[in-house]
Amino acid sequence: MMSEKKLNFLILIFLFLVPLFSILLNDIYITTLFSKIVILAIAGIGLNLILGYGGMVSFGHAAFFGLGGYITGILAFHFNNYEPIQILVFEFEGTNQLLFVWIFSLIFSSLLALFIGYFSLRTTGVYFIMITLAFAQMLYYFSISWPTYGGEDGLSLSLRNQIPFLNTMDPITFFYICYVWLIIAIIFVKFILNSPLGISLKASKENDDRVRSVGINPKKVKLISFMISGAITGLAGSLYADLNRFVSPTILSWQMSGEIMILVILGGMFRLYGPILGAFFYIILEQFLGGITENWQFWLGLIILLEVLYAKAGIMSFLIKDKYDDKTSS
Amino acid sequence: MEFQLLIEQFLNGLQFGTMLFLMSAGLTLVFGVMGLINLAHGSFYMIGAFGAALFAEITGSFFIGLISSFIVAMFAGVITEILVIRKLYKKDHLDQVLATFALILIFSEGIRWLFGAYPLYLNIPAELNASVSLPLEIIYSKYRLLIIAIGILIAFFLYILTSKTLLGIRIKAGQNDREMISVLGVNIKTLYTIVFALGAALAGLSGALIGAIQSVEVGMGEPVLILAFVVIIIGGIGSIKGAFVGALLVGVTDTLGRFLLPELFKLFFDNADANLIGSSIASMSIYILMAIVLIFKPSGLFGERSA
Repeated sequence: MMSEKKLNFLILIFLFLVPLFSILLNDIYITTLFSKIVILAIAGIGLNLILGYGGMVSFGHAAFFGLGGYITGILAFHFNNYEPIQILVFEFEGTNQLLFVWIFSLIFSSLLALFIGYFSLRTTGVYFIMITLAFAQMLYYFSISWPTYGGEDGLSLSLRNQIPFLNTMDPITFFYICYVWLIIAIIFVKFILNSPLGISLKASKENDDRVRSVGINPKKVKLISFMISGAITGLAGSLYADLNRFVSPTILSWQMSGEIMILVILGGMFRLYGPILGAFFYIILEQFLGGITENWQFWLGLIILLEVLYAKAGIMSFLIKDKYDDKTSS
Repeated sequence: MEFQLLIEQFLNGLQFGTMLFLMSAGLTLVFGVMGLINLAHGSFYMIGAFGAALFAEITGSFFIGLISSFIVAMFAGVITEILVIRKLYKKDHLDQVLATFALILIFSEGIRWLFGAYPLYLNIPAELNASVSLPLEIIYSKYRLLIIAIGILIAFFLYILTSKTLLGIRIKAGQNDREMISVLGVNIKTLYTIVFALGAALAGLSGALIGAIQSVEVGMGEPVLILAFVVIIIGGIGSIKGAFVGALLVGVTDTLGRFLLPELFKLFFDNADANLIGSSIASMSIYILMAIVLIFKPSGLFGERSA
């Protein structure tokens, strides 16, 4: 048992040292695996903002993850074949510069979140779960049936996108790029949570009417939070595309939405670092079980089931004891 | 010829719709009565199809296969309800989504363990694997007509069951006030198990019926599950009538959309572009339909209250 702050600090130190283990054990795959963990953790932090703190159960976050991924893939695709992107009468050049790729991913995924959120937030409860799912499914089927960017087969990137002075093809460099984004995401979400926006978001989860009675529009608060959440998840999708140098409709599928949701809950909602632990255990479990049995999904399912039935509060609550414990039972 | 083709596509839509209804009926009852989101409903569809393939293989009779799909899925439903689902009624939607997502993993891997990774085939008997002539020179598959007939028959049966029988009255009462009905001496636990098992059995039957047209494989239930959710959201959760209307609407929209939208876009674009745009939009059409319904009627067409 330790304080949450101490555990958070340990998590960050541990992640920072991962490439060192990788070098010591002479196994570069570890670094790549942890890049995946860090990226999924960023996506989870994005989802947790509205899921844990805002009480909005979005079952369609794969839409943002996938859009970020596809924007990255499409920009690189056009950069490589020198064909400009045509949207109606406008033409754009492709790019392989990560800074631009990130900016585009952030802008477009927040715009998509604005669109989806605007309509979805008219509903609540199970209808909200299903309408967010429906929007993600629209994009999924669109990506399958639109052949320009590979359709069902997906799109390969021959090289990772670049940043000046850095070699992104080097696994350790790429890991630290993801790591820096993780830190930025944590700081940003922490800032949001302590701002008037975050406080009214948490309040509107408890009681919309009371939020309204002090002159705040809860729908606006939720919509802005939904946009921020979508943008963070979209950025994670962009990193994921560069990590794998491949995008396919799989990252838009409802299983992807489920996976992001599972790692948030596995780690522990209401906790900023929960998704990091969740992503860590999810990926390690997948690797570990995948190594010993072909039917690893069976055991993964069993573990998730037991966790939901008997240990709802998430992994973080096993490791720490603090004032939030009473909250997690709600 | 165009006209016959259109009617044929319409019948395909109807067949798709009635099959979706069999899936959605259980889902909407389970949600309406117990307040449970069951993602694992698609697994019963798969279990039913595998059960049918297994027993049809052993006995050599397609019809025994169909009946056993119903029974096998029902048993799977009873066991799942008692072991897991029962513990989820009082939990929130998020826990239900996760736990039933985990059940999908368990069922899918379990089936792969038992049957291997290759798809099985369930053959339609020769006497059904033929076409019949309908009026207006329309020729249509006998088997698909059978599916439509079974679907409508079950819809009728469920309508009678929910509105005219004691069980139906209890289900409705449980939907409105679960404490009151248990005070009146109805064993609510058993009632829930019956409703859940009935839903699972219907899903299993539809899995077997469709498994004979397509193939019987692991993961066949999930795409249908998502469609069934679209259906019950459009129809309004908890309403059998809503599920029926929603299922037909979704079935016909999807099938006719794939057929008509490329034709429609040919009026504006050249052939290749029209096919591309038309088929892309058609693949999204039911989700667009659902979004539109929810925007104008946030609790579905026949939904009584928001959940």
